[in-house]
Amino acid sequence: MTRDEITTGLAEILEEVAGVSPDDVAEGKSFTDDLDVDSLSMVEVVVAAEEKFGVKIPDNEVQNLKTVGDAVSYIEAQS
Amino acid sequence: MSRSDVVVTGLGATTPLGGDVASTWDALLSGRSGVSALTQEWAGQLPVRIAAQLAVDPAAVLDRVKLRRLDRSEAIALIAAHQAWADAGLVDSGLDPERLGVSIGSGIGGAVTLLAQDDILEASGPRRVSPHTVPMLMPNGPAAWVGLELGAQAGVHSVASACATGAEAIALGLDMIRAGRADVVVAGGTEAVIHPLPIAGFASMRAMSTRNDEPERASRPWDKGRDGFVLGEGAGIVVLERAEHAAARGARVYARLAGSGITSDGFDIVQPHPEGAGAVRAIAKAIADADVAKSDIVHVNAHATSTPVGDLAEIKALHHALGDHPVLTATKSMSGHLLGAAGALESIATILAIRDSVVPPTINLDDPDDDLDLDVAANKARHLDIPAALNNSFGFGGHNVALVFTRV
Repeated sequence: MTRDEITTGLAEILEEVAGVSPDDVAEGKSFTDDLDVDSLSMVEVVVAAEEKFGVKIPDNEVQNLKTVGDAVSYIEAQS
Repeated sequence: MSRSDVVVTGLGATTPLGGDVASTWDALLSGRSGVSALTQEWAGQLPVRIAAQLAVDPAAVLDRVKLRRLDRSEAIALIAAHQAWADAGLVDSGLDPERLGVSIGSGIGGAVTLLAQDDILEASGPRRVSPHTVPMLMPNGPAAWVGLELGAQAGVHSVASACATGAEAIALGLDMIRAGRADVVVAGGTEAVIHPLPIAGFASMRAMSTRNDEPERASRPWDKGRDGFVLGEGAGIVVLERAEHAAARGARVYARLAGSGITSDGFDIVQPHPEGAGAVRAIAKAIADADVAKSDIVHVNAHATSTPVGDLAEIKALHHALGDHPVLTATKSMSGHLLGAAGALESIATILAIRDSVVPPTINLDDPDDDLDLDVAANKARHLDIPAALNNSFGFGGHNVALVFTRV
């Protein structure tokens, strides 16, 4: 799966869970500061991403996933 | 210091009869039933297959993402509270948040969320349980959400007294203002538990009507053919305000909340006292608190849920506490029983009855019980000059709440 495909998949999750417009989702965007994803919604994003991409994202990794790009890199490495 | 007068300056509701107060009130005056058949697949196995479901689904009002984190009882409390807030002219009014309180309760709370998340837990494991579960199911959730969105900082309260909740929440709002803790309190009740488990539970108690073939005729307080209540869902919210505060900002005033009476039966966990002793004391306290003459209370919006025992116990209590002059109605004949929201919706009906000088009808009162010896506005609305009116609410657990509203 390419980075663009992972980004697109994350954008779908972010729209479903937090109402983020897919147009706003890019690798440089911060989940909390730019996309307004709060801590409870971030939990939903992580669980949905695990299911969508078939990866495990432990809780202690989530704090390192500050930006969409961080998440894409993590998922890319795991899958 | 003299006690503060408290007035009602805003109303909001979403009910089986309409998505707002105006449409609900029109339906009540025209005698329309909000009860219909439950067509959901799960209803087929139940002994009760009717309910009074919301006329306007919250999904038509609130956006999808917001609804993901709200129990239905929270969503409709927010909808009704925003209506009441706007109706009171408080949007962008600069009200001091530290003088704004909230008192909103629910009879059962976020049970539907609890059950839905338990299904997810069983089917998919704990990691799939929504992180929004706890704030969705907690009983203070509706009050907390309303407090959050309106910015209330004088205290957010959530009373729970079963089917007396909405009225008790309003009584607590009155106390908050009288005690000087707030100038404005957003108060009322909310309930949304049309789900097989609560229905099965009430049905097992033999408390519900099983008139499944005639939904609109199933809720029939005081009629000989009554066979139990019809479950409804909805929210009713009022804005209570210190009278001087309302006058200072030139607010429109619907009515005065003149007094409240709260008692407990200490008799049985679900059965009403057969003579309505606790209800008598609640009504007497409310009248004394309101300092109005019994003769001025010419209208009663009764609790009257359409159960064989409860409807008549209240009649005895009214005779005893008030006399035989008031014109009664049971709006649950149309709205169904909104449990924790009932006392709030019926307070709104009582307030509007005073404003419009009209008593909404009790529908389906075709063959009155032989022991019904008070005057009821049966089957059609009745014009009546109403200087003061009483709203009764009683709840499982032996809770009795009476509220007196007066014309300003």
